[in-house]
Amino acid sequence: MKIRLLAGLLALGLAAAGCGGAKVEEPAGSAAPQAQGSASSAGTVKIAINPWVGYEASANVVAYLLKNELHYDVQLPEIKEQLAWEGFETGDVDVIIENWGHPDLVKKFIDEKKVAQSAGSTGNKGVIGWYVPKWMADKYPDITDYKHLNKYAGLFKTSESGGKGQLLDGDPSYVTNDEALVKNLKLNFKVVTGGSEAALLKSATQAQEQQKALLFYFWTPHWLFDKVDLVRVNLPAYTAGCDADAKKVACDYAELDLDKIVSKKFADTGGKAYDLVKNFNWTNEDQNAVANDMTNGGMTGEQAAKKWIEANTAKWQAWIPK
Amino acid sequence: MSTTAITTPSRLRVPRWAAPAGIVVLFAAAYLVFRDTGTLPHDKSAPQFLAITDLREWIDDHRNSNPLFLYFLNYIRIFVGSVYTAFQSVLYALGWPGLIGVMGALAWLAGGWRIALPAVAGVGSFGVLGLWQSSVDTLALVAASVLLSLAIGIPLGVWAGLSRGARKAITPVLDVMQIMPTFAYLAPLVLFFHIGAPAGAIATMIYSIPPAIRITALAIEQVSPTAVEASASLGATGRQTLFKVYLPLARSTMALAVNQTIMMALSMVVIANLISAPGLGGDIIRGLSRAQVGIMLPAGIAIVVMAVLLDRMMVALARKDPHSWIGRARFIGAAALAIAGLALTPLLPAEWPDGWTVNFVVQVNDAVHWAETSWYGVTTFVKDVTTSLLLNPLEGLLTSAPWWLIAAAALLLAWRVSGLRPALTALGCLLAIALLGVWEHAMQTLTTVAVAVLVTLAIGLLLGVAAARSSRYSAVQRPILDAAQTMPAFVYLLPALALFETTRFTAIFASVIYAVPPVVRLVEDGIRAVPATVVEAAASAGSTPGQLLWKVQLPMARRAILLAANQGIVMTLAMVVVGGLVGAGALGYDVVVGFSQRTDFGMGFIAGIATVLLGVMLDRITQGADRRPSPQRRKTT
Repeated sequence: MKIRLLAGLLALGLAAAGCGGAKVEEPAGSAAPQAQGSASSAGTVKIAINPWVGYEASANVVAYLLKNELHYDVQLPEIKEQLAWEGFETGDVDVIIENWGHPDLVKKFIDEKKVAQSAGSTGNKGVIGWYVPKWMADKYPDITDYKHLNKYAGLFKTSESGGKGQLLDGDPSYVTNDEALVKNLKLNFKVVTGGSEAALLKSATQAQEQQKALLFYFWTPHWLFDKVDLVRVNLPAYTAGCDADAKKVACDYAELDLDKIVSKKFADTGGKAYDLVKNFNWTNEDQNAVANDMTNGGMTGEQAAKKWIEANTAKWQAWIPK
Repeated sequence: MSTTAITTPSRLRVPRWAAPAGIVVLFAAAYLVFRDTGTLPHDKSAPQFLAITDLREWIDDHRNSNPLFLYFLNYIRIFVGSVYTAFQSVLYALGWPGLIGVMGALAWLAGGWRIALPAVAGVGSFGVLGLWQSSVDTLALVAASVLLSLAIGIPLGVWAGLSRGARKAITPVLDVMQIMPTFAYLAPLVLFFHIGAPAGAIATMIYSIPPAIRITALAIEQVSPTAVEASASLGATGRQTLFKVYLPLARSTMALAVNQTIMMALSMVVIANLISAPGLGGDIIRGLSRAQVGIMLPAGIAIVVMAVLLDRMMVALARKDPHSWIGRARFIGAAALAIAGLALTPLLPAEWPDGWTVNFVVQVNDAVHWAETSWYGVTTFVKDVTTSLLLNPLEGLLTSAPWWLIAAAALLLAWRVSGLRPALTALGCLLAIALLGVWEHAMQTLTTVAVAVLVTLAIGLLLGVAAARSSRYSAVQRPILDAAQTMPAFVYLLPALALFETTRFTAIFASVIYAVPPVVRLVEDGIRAVPATVVEAAASAGSTPGQLLWKVQLPMARRAILLAANQGIVMTLAMVVVGGLVGAGALGYDVVVGFSQRTDFGMGFIAGIATVLLGVMLDRITQGADRRPSPQRRKTT
């Protein structure tokens, strides 16, 4: 019985794909049935979820509005940055709601493959940098200059850093120049990857509560700055093009205008959903408020989004397409 | 025997230990002299890494014009995707009351109301945990991958069980499939099958087919040759012998194969989510990136409930006498349950009602935070002591010794334990690792694996022997083992992370939890399989329980214990990559980076291959003792 079913499915699959060979864009394999696909649904929007909470905050607010104001079904698959771009090609992803630069991916998927396009700024300014807890900056005032980091390398030594100071990084998929920076600035440090935003948050919280030494990769916008006092370490100032060659970078991270990326198909056929995504624009404070409710308020993304939306009607109404 | 190769002639009256001791001294001296020479430091942008990255870009660009994709790979993707979609549509069409009823009915058929009742409660708990939709997606993904795995695995397993040649051909492939860290094949998988549910199902299948094949082959192999001969002498055809003798006799062990396949598939749920397969994995990844055990725990519980449920159903099915007809009462009960569920579907709300869910995110998070702060002193002590006494010295030794010295040591060790041929294989693996340019990281990984395997085997033997000697203890331990084995590794990572920070120790901790259960199971089964008559004979000859264990049961269970050791190594290696996420670094981390950064794809890919080579090397060194054909056996075959 099962074998007959399989054979039938195989035949269907082959028939659906036609005789000219199967291309990946053809949605035959990826078309999932809608769980609660009500007849009134205007369609389905797939927003990739990248692994940091600020991103999720933006995604949830947009998802909430798509669901409740425009009556779309929304899927929020968890996909890391680089893979999410590939989802534009297969139809597994329609929207990346917060993109941190990624010039190589822009070149590949927007300029060459033409399967994606930018949908404008989110209004958030993204800055990556190195941070130490405030107690360290108070105790060792000159630690905030990279030139003096080697003097304090011993403080940052851990069982994992092999005799050098430890620079703690986050998720392996994050945008980072840290390996090159340590090498090119001749710092006596080793980049140790915590593996996730979670690892960074735990370490930063412990560093404040237990007065432990910590030098780590972090970024704004982030709610953590409201809970833990952090001081940024000054690297050689960013100048346009100083990060062009990934191996020779010896300057600080640029301030990025975070933007939204959508699949070409969604831009062409997404209708009002695309217009809403295009119009979405808010401040770092807005994002932090939602992200904080999600991480520390015990709320789900949906609840936190609802709370913000109820309190900020004027802001989001400007995004709703007429 | 290879021992003769290194023992000195007895006429000189040199003690037996002198030769090995001499060699050890020689190696120590060589190390002291050549220390820090001939090391092969890691270079992130080695040409072979970049070449593979370029190859990947090329394939990516020709995805829609290359015939291999157009006429083959894309069809596989579509086929697997449609199997998944079929399961998903059916499960959703049943509605939640219907699904509860149908699962309960299946459980009733398998094992009566004693199984049906927990099944109804278990499936209902998915809704109570607020995870109905993800649970159904996971169930569909697991069902699709298990069905396809068995469709491929059981015929191959039967073939391997019947034919020595087939087994020889398949075994190395299975070794590679099981040792290959799951992340390592995610990247090539994404390249060939893209992301989404079909790719997730294929990734799961790669992981869950090997136990299906291995255990089926073992089951067929164990069928008593007298039964087969009797059948053949009565004039049965090969086909009749297979279906009337082999399969019925191998039935209960083959049920274990199905069971293991399901468990493996469930444990891949989280990793499959990394390539955007739907299901409970998403909740766990979300919990990890938000530092909240509270978010991960319900999803972890749901996966464990699902595992225990399916496990119980399979075990009940395996124990049932194949010749007995299903009782009428059982049939009516099952039918009533299924019909009741389906009838309620149109009456009750389409989605699980919000009011029926329990939310304990905040309480769990508070409890975890309390544990973190109050146990901090003890955990830090344990971690630091292990790291500074065991890990760091071993890693320092392996990374500062010249590569040729380590290769020579591995060659001699493997030769001594397993014979020349495995030793040459082991040496070949090591040299390949050196050539691939990942020597330093391979040595660091070897350190982590070695420590984790030692701990795993010690704990596994202890618990396995205990379980084999007391049925009552075994009954208590079994559900815990099920839970530990199916609880996605990621769930352990967060408390482990909180207690031990991002260190290699955290990864070892998680590896041990992950690898102990199968070791315990295999040891227990092996000891239990010792014929009762032998045990009785030994007991009546006046053996004490201790003698019975050491002189009879353990030696007779040797094969099972060696398999357990081998499995322990395989699973530890698999976890090393997951450990890469929490500070284990080295090869595991390279693989993770290769998967998440396009520019490092080549390094990750090669690190994945190196992990496999490392696994094959360890396998040849350890299990060679059992596989080595004795001269007599070699003559007869």
